[in-house]
Amino acid sequence: MSHFLVRRLLQATMLVALMSFVCYALIGLMPGDPIDLMLSADPRLTPDDIARLKAIHGLDQPILERYLAWLGKALTGEFGYSRLYSQPAAAVLGPRLANTALLMGVSLTAAALIALPIAVTAAAHAGTGFDRAVNALCFAGISVPTFWLALVLILVFAVELGWLPAAGLPMARDPGLAERARHLVLPVLTLTIAAVGGHVRYIRAAMVEALGQDYIRTAHAKGLHPRRVLWRHALRNALLPYVTILALDCGALVSGALVTETMFGYPGMGKLIFDAVMGNDYNLALLALLLVTALTVACNLLADVAYAALDPRIRQR
Amino acid sequence: MYRMLSAALLALFAAVAPATASPPAKDELVIGITQFPATLHPNIESMLAKSYVLGMTRRPFTTYDKDWKLVCLLCVELPTMENGLAKAVDLPGGKRGVEVTYTIQPGAKWGDGVPVTTKDVVFTWEVGRHPMSGVAAAEFYRRVTRIAVKDERTFTLHVDKLSFEFASIGGFQLLPEHLERPAFSDPTKYRNRTLFDTDPTNPGLHFGPYRIVEVQAGSHIALERNPTWYGPKPAFRRIVVRAIENTAALEANLLSGAVDYVAGELGLSLDQALAFEARHRDRYDVVYKPGLVYEHIDLNLDNPILADRRVREALLLAIDREKLTGSLFGGRQPVARGAIHPLDWIHATDLPAHAFDPKRAAELLDAAGWSRRGGGPRQNAAGERLVLELMTTAGNRTRELVQQVLQSQWRQVGIEVRLRNEPPRVFFGETVTKRRFTAMAMFAWLSAPEAVPRTTLHSESIPRPDNNFSGQNYTGYANPEMDALIEKIEVELDREKRRRLWHTQQHLYARDLPVLPLYFRADPFVMPKWLRGIEPTGHQYPTTLWIENWRFAAP
Repeated sequence: MSHFLVRRLLQATMLVALMSFVCYALIGLMPGDPIDLMLSADPRLTPDDIARLKAIHGLDQPILERYLAWLGKALTGEFGYSRLYSQPAAAVLGPRLANTALLMGVSLTAAALIALPIAVTAAAHAGTGFDRAVNALCFAGISVPTFWLALVLILVFAVELGWLPAAGLPMARDPGLAERARHLVLPVLTLTIAAVGGHVRYIRAAMVEALGQDYIRTAHAKGLHPRRVLWRHALRNALLPYVTILALDCGALVSGALVTETMFGYPGMGKLIFDAVMGNDYNLALLALLLVTALTVACNLLADVAYAALDPRIRQR
Repeated sequence: MYRMLSAALLALFAAVAPATASPPAKDELVIGITQFPATLHPNIESMLAKSYVLGMTRRPFTTYDKDWKLVCLLCVELPTMENGLAKAVDLPGGKRGVEVTYTIQPGAKWGDGVPVTTKDVVFTWEVGRHPMSGVAAAEFYRRVTRIAVKDERTFTLHVDKLSFEFASIGGFQLLPEHLERPAFSDPTKYRNRTLFDTDPTNPGLHFGPYRIVEVQAGSHIALERNPTWYGPKPAFRRIVVRAIENTAALEANLLSGAVDYVAGELGLSLDQALAFEARHRDRYDVVYKPGLVYEHIDLNLDNPILADRRVREALLLAIDREKLTGSLFGGRQPVARGAIHPLDWIHATDLPAHAFDPKRAAELLDAAGWSRRGGGPRQNAAGERLVLELMTTAGNRTRELVQQVLQSQWRQVGIEVRLRNEPPRVFFGETVTKRRFTAMAMFAWLSAPEAVPRTTLHSESIPRPDNNFSGQNYTGYANPEMDALIEKIEVELDREKRRRLWHTQQHLYARDLPVLPLYFRADPFVMPKWLRGIEPTGHQYPTTLWIENWRFAAP
């Protein structure tokens, strides 16, 4: 087991290191550097200004040199300053990360908690009217564009009924927990509705497969209560592939949800990463993207470890 | 498709939304804009959202008012040659410079009570001219060779170039020496240490009617009255500037009451505002202010087809710009006859209109050797078809609509136009700046009142590999007559003589047509009926520079 763990840890570290270069190179290969873009916004800039600013920001150096310089500092824990925000990249990231973890964490949990009973019930009654209705609703939830859903929710609950605020964050100073939660309702609802369909379909498919296995027939033959067979025997096995899906979704805890954040004016990681990439803010974009990569890799590693612990065949491979 | 869905939804809810009763008097105003400022340092980076917010917290020495007249804000009197506050001087090497004297408004104090003085002036100049400080547009700071301090409030700038704009120092934004000096101890680190970004709610950074009290990055900035402000007390106790990038969500926030007013500088698109006005004119006033954003088509004059002036004129005559702005923009965006806005005092009123005249366009094309056989595209004697490519920014719905209308109108006279669009980043980052568009590129220029077009029309400003693609003369236009006019205009101090030079310049532009003028964009200001005192300027200086005039008034 320890050999397996060390091997996977090494692989994960190498993957993160490789991704740091890939991300750096991809941002660097995008057309137009930030100073060129600045020029289109400020007609007062002269060619001298452009040359000077490029030198200040190190944009006059080849990309490999820039990457190696960044890597050297990153290895000492110094991730540099955000060009866009003129603050340490880590300091810019901190509050956004907390916002996104809260929004995505609540949404993912809500989606999983809602999806689980619906999917299990649908699988237990596969082919019935209820199952078909759940399927149809899932497809609707998956198909509806997030921005449109957000707009509908804002119009219904904020404009028409006036029950909930349209913004994701309160504007008052020290708004209190209740007010903060009230502002989170609509963005969380948007993300939950958008995610729940997918979760239901994953769990339902796994449950249908599990319910057709021999051990389920055996459990029934032993005279176990059908509810016990469903929730203990079938669900336990069906949850294994779902854990993989959840592990993959973990990246979203830090990568955020660009559209939802934009619609609700919610300062999260999705918008930050987008702005950092589009603004060629290397330090910020890299730190954010590496964080997403590292968390996704870590969650997958955890899933692998859990699998290995549960299934000895995986360890032996 | 998505926009249509959003519009339909908003219209549906508008139809059933209850009418709101008269609002109670408000002492807080929530302004919605579509961008969040990345930095709050007045001299690092250039961003409209930042100028908008800082318009409430500080004042430039000079600005252009709503009538596009240069006025003093932080200074007491505008320097002129006549009042003796400006003096032309001869410099070594035959150059001419200018000495301009300003006095800071008495009573101007930073938010922590420290007076705004000439120490701040000298410090700001030191920061601005240091090559490593990160100040973006440093040309002004380099041109100021010395600052002579007379006393705590009066100083003289010694500028090494005499130009008619000598009195305009709107970009010279003061920094508080008593707070920022330590951050500037290592100039290379200044841009990362400045209090404007590390401690933006420090009261000592602001001397305008408001000071920043809260910054929630990416969401909103809250401001409250500045007790040390020397001008009239502003009406609103608290202002919140809220950033909502999606304009459909911004509109929904406005309707829900989460936002009171949508700023024209960074707000709804024109088509959205027109639809909004039609549905909500009982609760909101929408003011359209045509501004200095000049939509046009740059022609690549290296293209042999476009090198022929007759073809360029035919392209312009073949499009019905009046009808285009009428049908797409409700006539709110005036047709441009050139790059100079009609509100600018230098605008020539007698420019050729180049009104829609497909017959004349056809004659010009015939004369240029592009004849038409049948209903297809025209061909020259060598059998080559008259095919041009029109590029613009992908995803800009308005431009894409305009593009389709133009393509259809040009087809009527036998010009085949192929559309090829790119994301703004590629379009502006590579294609336009490196002159990689083969024929036509549609975009906009943002200028200032009486802006000299040196970077866009002077032959020295043509981007080339040997000048590292600097300059913005993307058409490749080179005319010694235009170069000479630009150089003369820059140094002509006599207003009447300068007006004549400007008129000549505009006629030359209309004759040579290196660019096809389309229209001037208008900003829609969506104001609740109870909000008064906002006066859209139409130029780059934001309305917030006069925020002390904004007030609540029961409708």
